[in-house]
Amino acid sequence: MVRAFQCWLTVYRRIWRSSIWSSVLGPLFYLGALGFGLGTLVNKHGAASLGGVSYLAFVAPAILASGAMNTAMGEASYPVFGSVKWNRIYLAAQATPLRPGDIYRGHLMFMTMRIAMNTALVTVYIWAFGATRSPWVVLAWPAATLTGLAFAAPIAAWAVLLKTETTFAYLFRFVMMPLMLFSGTFFPLSQLPGWLRAIAYVTPLWHGVALCRGLSLGTANLPGALVHVAYLAVLAAAGIWAGGRSYRRRLYV
Amino acid sequence: MLVRARGLTKRFEDFTAVAGIDFDLYRGEAFGFLGPNGAGKSSTMRMIGCVSPPTSGELAILGLDPVRDGSAIRARLGVVPQEDTLDVELTVRENLLVYGRYFGLPRKVIRERTAALLDFVQLADRAADKVDPLSGGLKRRLTIARSLINEPEILILDEPTTGLDPQARHVVWDRLFRLKQRGVTLILTTHYMDEAEQLCDRLVVMDHGRFAAEGSPRDLIARYCSPEVLELRFDPELHEQAGDKLKDFPAERAELLADRILLYVTDGDEALAAVRETGLEPLTSLVRRGTLEDVFLHLTGRRLED
Repeated sequence: MVRAFQCWLTVYRRIWRSSIWSSVLGPLFYLGALGFGLGTLVNKHGAASLGGVSYLAFVAPAILASGAMNTAMGEASYPVFGSVKWNRIYLAAQATPLRPGDIYRGHLMFMTMRIAMNTALVTVYIWAFGATRSPWVVLAWPAATLTGLAFAAPIAAWAVLLKTETTFAYLFRFVMMPLMLFSGTFFPLSQLPGWLRAIAYVTPLWHGVALCRGLSLGTANLPGALVHVAYLAVLAAAGIWAGGRSYRRRLYV
Repeated sequence: MLVRARGLTKRFEDFTAVAGIDFDLYRGEAFGFLGPNGAGKSSTMRMIGCVSPPTSGELAILGLDPVRDGSAIRARLGVVPQEDTLDVELTVRENLLVYGRYFGLPRKVIRERTAALLDFVQLADRAADKVDPLSGGLKRRLTIARSLINEPEILILDEPTTGLDPQARHVVWDRLFRLKQRGVTLILTTHYMDEAEQLCDRLVVMDHGRFAAEGSPRDLIARYCSPEVLELRFDPELHEQAGDKLKDFPAERAELLADRILLYVTDGDEALAAVRETGLEPLTSLVRRGTLEDVFLHLTGRRLED
């Protein structure tokens, strides 16, 4: 597994420059536009429904969590598919002592590293912008990283089986977009009708957002946080289990 | 014995790629699978490479079971796949480094072997270059160097020179021949008879997932082909008519191809004179020795590259 991870590190050392700008500037734009731009408008109407905090403080941890999801989806979709179809990195690795599970987990390890890099950066931004209300924000970093992993593991397990890359459009349009909008990210779930709220509660991004927000604002309580962590951990574990199987099915034909 | 197969079979849903083959492979030999596209060669290679579990039959590689001990077997194999799987974003040297790390080799060992291997495939001056702009022939040589990083006991080559220009093919053959001289066991597939003749000590002719014949190239030619072959080309208008006429010609065998007529004879020049005596005048004629292509034609009724 570590050997496969090292391969991705070598590749990344060569291509990091092209991805670094979107990693560094993307969240900065989000925080600026939403926190300060939109936030100025929202704050005029009072912060009662936001739990008494400024819009920046409300939205910042959500940008952290949803950013982790976006990184996860980016890393677990096209790169995984391409490792079979385009640059065939998996097919090269397959001829060596590495097993499909090693190849999967090595790549997942690299994805997790990329997610952790981005979430670390955004956590620092939140702190630097004065958007956090609690020292517990330090734990929002691993929490957001776990959120990312909970997406990356099952998506990679699925992506490796695809026959054509056009299927990813569904992932981005019908999974990423709605999750991004309706997981209590940009507005509190209390603004949604009851039945939609019920759906939101079972989506993984809502758990990630709620966990990060609780830590950033210092409102988290232990049982609630544990539920979120457990939900995300189970999703990640299920993904990892499925990935070992799907990679074997795809690579050992 | 390095590889032993009995009744080896590979089925994909309703299609049988390999239909129960038996073979033994010994240390130090170069063993070839010759056959047209779709004959089951690549499926066989993938099973030997432990990346495709056999549907049924026995297969032992280095005395181990490819399904249970795949990882341990692969540690001792070198694989040159049909399509390159090089990482074109990386340099020549980095490709060997990454691959060597897959085998768990220490960086120092990889560095030493990389220098020697790049010398061997004549790529030492390109070590720091990216792979992307390299020509097909150079990429192939790099793939061969990469496959040797773990000092494999068996080198598996799936159509090693398909898609290369003639000059690049000869360079690859030369390198493979040197490996063979060093005692590396080679298993290769090809649909080029000249490749099989140049490299293989022993080969099997494969067709529809089965072996049509096996032996050394020389044996096969002696067994299934006459010493000489007379190739005749007629005016297309007269082609069929000439074919009819030559059916009863005293040759070992006659083949009527779409564009040529082949007569399998002992003495080609004598046969040509005899053809002319019957009143037929070919546009062109060629006397040559029998080849594996003729063997294949005889065994399957089809040409190799069709």
